[in-house]
Amino acid sequence: MTDQTGNPMREAIQEAISENPVILFMKGNPDAPACGFSARTVAILQSLGARFAAVDILPDPRIRQELSALSNWPTIPQLFVNGELVGGCDIVSEMYQSGELAQTLGLENPEGPDEPEAEPVDGAPLTIENRL
Amino acid sequence: MSATTDEIKQRIEAGIPGSEASVTGDGHHFNAIVTSPAFAGLPRIAQHRLVHEVFGAELGDRIHALSIQTRTPPTQEVS
Repeated sequence: MTDQTGNPMREAIQEAISENPVILFMKGNPDAPACGFSARTVAILQSLGARFAAVDILPDPRIRQELSALSNWPTIPQLFVNGELVGGCDIVSEMYQSGELAQTLGLENPEGPDEPEAEPVDGAPLTIENRL
Repeated sequence: MSATTDEIKQRIEAGIPGSEASVTGDGHHFNAIVTSPAFAGLPRIAQHRLVHEVFGAELGDRIHALSIQTRTPPTQEVS
């Protein structure tokens, strides 16, 4: 029996999703992923030169609990683009291979001849647990 | 008790109408390729949710990790 209103953790997650056009909820952070699936998803985003916010769900078990309740998706990682869940590692991998991911992210495919240098990923990872 | 590839396969096939599942794994990490007409016209995310629903809270717990690839069967040729 969770109270749906006045849930600061869920609100913080929802806010992070709305404020960041591309946001990845993962285990660990992009520099030190703590799970192979998170690592693969980060590697794919980086290879496309995507700018993305990242949230480590490990510091507080409630992050994952509330995230999964919100997204109706049981596993980590979870990639959101423009407020919508794109999927986990499997879907991101499939969409990467088919070229759909670059499209969804509004990026050119990396095969393009004159692809400019990828801009570095935004600074420090977001920390939901510190917002409370 | 850890899960087996047979169990995962049987549960997916029982849970999703007309599906065929090919499952590999080591008892903790599994990979399932699921083909079903039930996926037709659904976005990938909804296709995966159908598979998630077969296992509910066991995903991430008893079944530590389940990679999923979904397919729809080739359309019947209409002559």
